[in-house]
Amino acid sequence: MTKVLVVDDSNSIRDMVSFTLKSAGYETVEAKDGLDGLNKAKSSNFDLVISDVNMPNMDGISLCTELRKLGDFKFTPILMLTTESSTDMKMRGKSAGATGWLVKPFNPEKLLATIKRVVK
Amino acid sequence: MSVDLSQFIPSFLEESFEGLEVMESELLNLQEGDNETIHTIFRAAHSIKGGAGTFGFDNVTEFTHLVETLLDEMRDGRREISPKDTEILLDSIDCMRLLIEAARDDEEYDIDKVEKTSKRLAETLGDELSTDSDNQSTTKVAENNISGYNINFVPEHSLAKTGNDPIFLFSALAELGELTLCADTKDLPALKDIDAQELYLSWQLTLYTEVDESEVREIFEWVEDECLLELVPIKAPSTTSASISASTSSTQSSSSPSSTLTNNEQQTEPDTSQKPTEDIEVQDPETKLVIDSTAEDNNITSKTKTKTKGKAEVGSIRVGVDKVDNLINLVGELVITQSMLSELGNDFEMDKVERLTSGLEQLLQNTKELQESVMRIRMLPISFAFNRFPRLVHDLAVKTGKEMELVIKGEQTELDKTVMEQIGDPLVHLVRNAADHGIETSEVRLANGKSAKGTISLDAYHQGGNIVIEINDDGAGINREIVLAKAVEKGLVEANAILTDSQVYDLLFEPGFSTAAEVTDISGRGVGMDVVKRNIQSLGGRIQVKSTLGKGSSFKVHLPLTLAILDGQLVKVGSETYIIPLISIVESLQIDNKLINRVSGDMVLYRLRDDNVPVLPIYQLFNLATECTEIDNALLVVVEADGQKIGLMVDDLLAQQQVVIKSLKDNYQQVGGISGATILGDGSVAMILDIPGIIHMALAQAQQAQRVKTDGNASVTAEVCL
Repeated sequence: MTKVLVVDDSNSIRDMVSFTLKSAGYETVEAKDGLDGLNKAKSSNFDLVISDVNMPNMDGISLCTELRKLGDFKFTPILMLTTESSTDMKMRGKSAGATGWLVKPFNPEKLLATIKRVVK
Repeated sequence: MSVDLSQFIPSFLEESFEGLEVMESELLNLQEGDNETIHTIFRAAHSIKGGAGTFGFDNVTEFTHLVETLLDEMRDGRREISPKDTEILLDSIDCMRLLIEAARDDEEYDIDKVEKTSKRLAETLGDELSTDSDNQSTTKVAENNISGYNINFVPEHSLAKTGNDPIFLFSALAELGELTLCADTKDLPALKDIDAQELYLSWQLTLYTEVDESEVREIFEWVEDECLLELVPIKAPSTTSASISASTSSTQSSSSPSSTLTNNEQQTEPDTSQKPTEDIEVQDPETKLVIDSTAEDNNITSKTKTKTKGKAEVGSIRVGVDKVDNLINLVGELVITQSMLSELGNDFEMDKVERLTSGLEQLLQNTKELQESVMRIRMLPISFAFNRFPRLVHDLAVKTGKEMELVIKGEQTELDKTVMEQIGDPLVHLVRNAADHGIETSEVRLANGKSAKGTISLDAYHQGGNIVIEINDDGAGINREIVLAKAVEKGLVEANAILTDSQVYDLLFEPGFSTAAEVTDISGRGVGMDVVKRNIQSLGGRIQVKSTLGKGSSFKVHLPLTLAILDGQLVKVGSETYIIPLISIVESLQIDNKLINRVSGDMVLYRLRDDNVPVLPIYQLFNLATECTEIDNALLVVVEADGQKIGLMVDDLLAQQQVVIKSLKDNYQQVGGISGATILGDGSVAMILDIPGIIHMALAQAQQAQRVKTDGNASVTAEVCL
């Protein structure tokens, strides 16, 4: 089963992303900020990471940088969930090693369609 | 597939309101150069916007977008944080709250206010926004007579390192139409030179599809900076329009990652200029659409208003996982104890009695812990109630033109959620009063040798089984002469009455009493203080006032921690058991005959040190038959409420225990002198005495008795006797 790590400081967004993925047959693990996400990533393997950008403790960009340093996450797709669709933000994500980005407002159908570009 | 997310709306709403609170309190703390605070505010706005967009609360999204843009400028240091901006942001938060509340209740909101604020926001942001909206119209270019695309896809060798895998891109492309692909292996190095982490292949793809070029490009959205991507439309045989060659700048593309993007723009630009009318058409329906949808919204609003009204009132509590885990643990232990006891009961013999007692003890322990844990779930830090005060004081300072600051202490003190919800408004009233009547203007303060800035402090702490909330100010204090004069004028006291300080302060809580020389829109309408007192009393609490002229005032609110359970003293009167709330008991004593002072009629006063305490036999109050009617050597429980003491004569003092409060009003009807009932261990029902109510009854009687004494007119007593 494809296992996804969902990192977002907003409870409702996290629940929704998780719910959407589960209803499409993915397995999910949730984390409440970048630091939490990093710790969970260290203790388990994931096929995909979906992370918010703006979070307390550790933001999504830093999480991405940290994850790429881990051997297990070298090639794991990491998608940034963000409303900031500016080129600048995309470049920052890219240079941190992010695979792509999902632009909020969060749309469940769109989410499921787009993650097909990076996982089974 | 369709996924229904409406179940997440309540949690989004709850989170949004929390977010707004965070924004508000952080804004008030905001200092220049304090990046972390701006980040926190920004994050809150950002989450609200994101969620609102998902659930289709478009007006929230639009409005919050403006707020977010302003915050973004502050965050990036492009804008200095001025008091004016802070004001606008605070107003914006109010508007967001309005909008979200309207979305929650399906109700209309104050459109004027929102529009005004969003206009101010837009003005503050300047022209930048107008350019923003232009971007969108250029994206959609219809290419009707295209039957497919030849795609040249040359990824950079490092593509896999960002987690992308061409195979998934191809399968996504294949879903758009018919895909054939051909891999180019010319870059593949000799086996010994291959780095397993690099990608050496490139592809030529042919996709027969009817979708727009933008949709095909979207698949490559995440890799467009890391590859050379050329899309050449395959024309359907009948087409005549000028062909667009994308390969012209291919050499450029490989050198700079963003050039494919500019390439794209170059392509679309001539197209739009060719059809300027289409551009306008594209925009027009959009604006119409917006108007239509709001009109529709309004329709829905008016239809469903009544239906959804009650929905918002179902509150919820967020409980820490540790508290729930603890509960589950305790329930587990309870189940173990229960099974042990029932096994014991199956074939009980007297030699097992020891095990039975220990089992019962364990059960007692379990229930007690379980009760405590459950109560703890309802307990929230009082910061939930205190949170709104920084903003309130800030607004009051602006409105009154006085300088003042708010100091909050003990915000982690925990309090039952129901009590918290009901204490909010009375506290607001007290703080308003402190700001409006208490704190003086800077000039007056300086003239009186005080600092220019007044201080209002809120403090909460536990005291016994109660929570005490203090509202202090270092303002002018309460002038008892003015209060007295006003009270005489209103006919509340007689002109020559001699009153103690606390009696004078109590006058403040009389209905219709206000000493403010001028009624302001903040306070001073004379409605309120009496309501404040009534609210506090209905929570089983009391309020005390202390004041020093010229130094300031202090309001102390005592509240029970919870409304569900009460620490009570069980007393016996005749065959009945009554419960006196421990909070109101001053002391219990055996009556000393020498200290009894019979006034007149039925009234008996008991000399308790410096006080004369009226004695009220409970058996008389409730018309009970008892053998203990003699006042000599009887037991007296001295209770206090509203600063008044009274002695309740009882037959016997029983145990002290926690009792669960059952409402009489819900189960039977309100009875004077009784605040509720409970069920005792033996299954009998015991009444809980309403001490303020009883004192009120007794004092009325005592006053009458006194008047009788001074007037020498005995006929009045007959009317008021209990």
